[in-house]
Amino acid sequence: MAEFHLTTPIPPEKLEEIKVGDIVYITGIVITARDEAHLKALELHEEGKKPPVDFKGNGLFHCGPVMKKNEDGSWTVVAAGPTTSARMEIFQDKFIKAFHPGIIIGKGGMMERTAKACQEEKCIYGYFTGGAALLAADRIKEVKDVFWLEELGMPECLWVYQVENFGPLTVTIDVHGGNLTEDSKKNIMKNKEKILEEMK
Amino acid sequence: MKDIAQVVEDTSFELLKVAATKLPSEVKETLVKGKNETKGSLGKAQMSAIVENVELAETNIKPMCQDTGLVAFFVKIGDKFPLRSEVKEILKKATERATKNVPLRPNAVDMFEGNTKTNIGLRGYVPWFYFDLVEGDKLEIIAMPKGGGSSNVGKMKMIPPGKGIKGVKEFVVEALAAAGPLACPPYTVGVGVGGGEDMCMNLAKKALLRPLYHYHEDERIAAIEKELLQTLNQLEIGAMGLGEGPSVLDVHMEFAARHPASLPVGVVISCWALRHAGATIDKDGNVEYHPH
Repeated sequence: MAEFHLTTPIPPEKLEEIKVGDIVYITGIVITARDEAHLKALELHEEGKKPPVDFKGNGLFHCGPVMKKNEDGSWTVVAAGPTTSARMEIFQDKFIKAFHPGIIIGKGGMMERTAKACQEEKCIYGYFTGGAALLAADRIKEVKDVFWLEELGMPECLWVYQVENFGPLTVTIDVHGGNLTEDSKKNIMKNKEKILEEMK
Repeated sequence: MKDIAQVVEDTSFELLKVAATKLPSEVKETLVKGKNETKGSLGKAQMSAIVENVELAETNIKPMCQDTGLVAFFVKIGDKFPLRSEVKEILKKATERATKNVPLRPNAVDMFEGNTKTNIGLRGYVPWFYFDLVEGDKLEIIAMPKGGGSSNVGKMKMIPPGKGIKGVKEFVVEALAAAGPLACPPYTVGVGVGGGEDMCMNLAKKALLRPLYHYHEDERIAAIEKELLQTLNQLEIGAMGLGEGPSVLDVHMEFAARHPASLPVGVVISCWALRHAGATIDKDGNVEYHPH
């Protein structure tokens, strides 16, 4: 198990060195996007338009944070842990092909389509401990921007964060086709069959 | 003379804040124990992050998870408590206040109008209330916010009654295997059996309110709870689903009578952040917070 400290935009060749089970920390730009923001960004892409922020080489964070607006109009991050990434499986591969993020940050892991796109387009998936929202908030140093807040609401809009040593993130999908959570799921299913067979 | 409506509002606000920021002590202790017993660096890292995060939340009085949940209240109104139907509006007011001041994430989304930004639904159903009428002059309120990730892995099945208890156990195993890494394990599992297709889910959710390691008073049910706890950990889901560390912290079951033709089973799964907080208010407005 190796440890990597990556700065965004992450060069694709750097990702070649990283394998599942490794730990990474990110410094640079991380952008939140959940179900609605994925849909909207992909819609724009299909119309030949661009979303208001560039994901290329940056962190794409599956997260719907709790934010507090200060009196001067700036924002403070209250809590910002990862959301369940599996919901994004239905369009994550298209998103990777369209916008080329360097690392996807979420929890619960992702499946075959995403892992394939990660291998083809050079992207990794970093597993942040689910619910550890204050650990995450602590590593966010600045709220650089927010887009689509009015339209999509606080959890679903795009928050652009400047982060420092954001992690630890356990790599569960690498650019070599590895997928740790899928391996774990296969083990769980094997154990389930055994339990059901022996159940009285 | 205290303004009783204000006491109920302030208490409910406090309960929402405590539930979001501080785990019941036995849940925290169980997570710490789980961390210490976890072998393997992947699981250890996950459990350590959970425990560190829980401590940060408690110290700084901040929500432990950004998903502060969909708000539900379990309310028991005594016959002689001075407030009746007003309680509903007061609890909504407290929810709106907590959303702004704790703060909680606005999680009430109308299918057509979008996020209401207040945690109050536009159609009268959210927050969700479970009201019960009881004897006496007290009001008991339990606030239970529940995250979307772990609600998404809840399951209900009407199994053929001929499959009996074995069928119930099989379904619980299947539900947990399907949840796998998706919903922030280690999990606590509530199982409701009988009643009907709606009540079994209600009972399953209520079962989560029983403190960890307090098993059912009916020894036959307690035995199944303990057996399932052991069995479910053999799935090796592990902390955050990476196969190392605890999978399930505890299993609680509630049973209701069933229709002869039906055997409804509801499984409600909580993530590691099993959040709830309660208090009892008497007719004079004296508040007693439940041990937390």
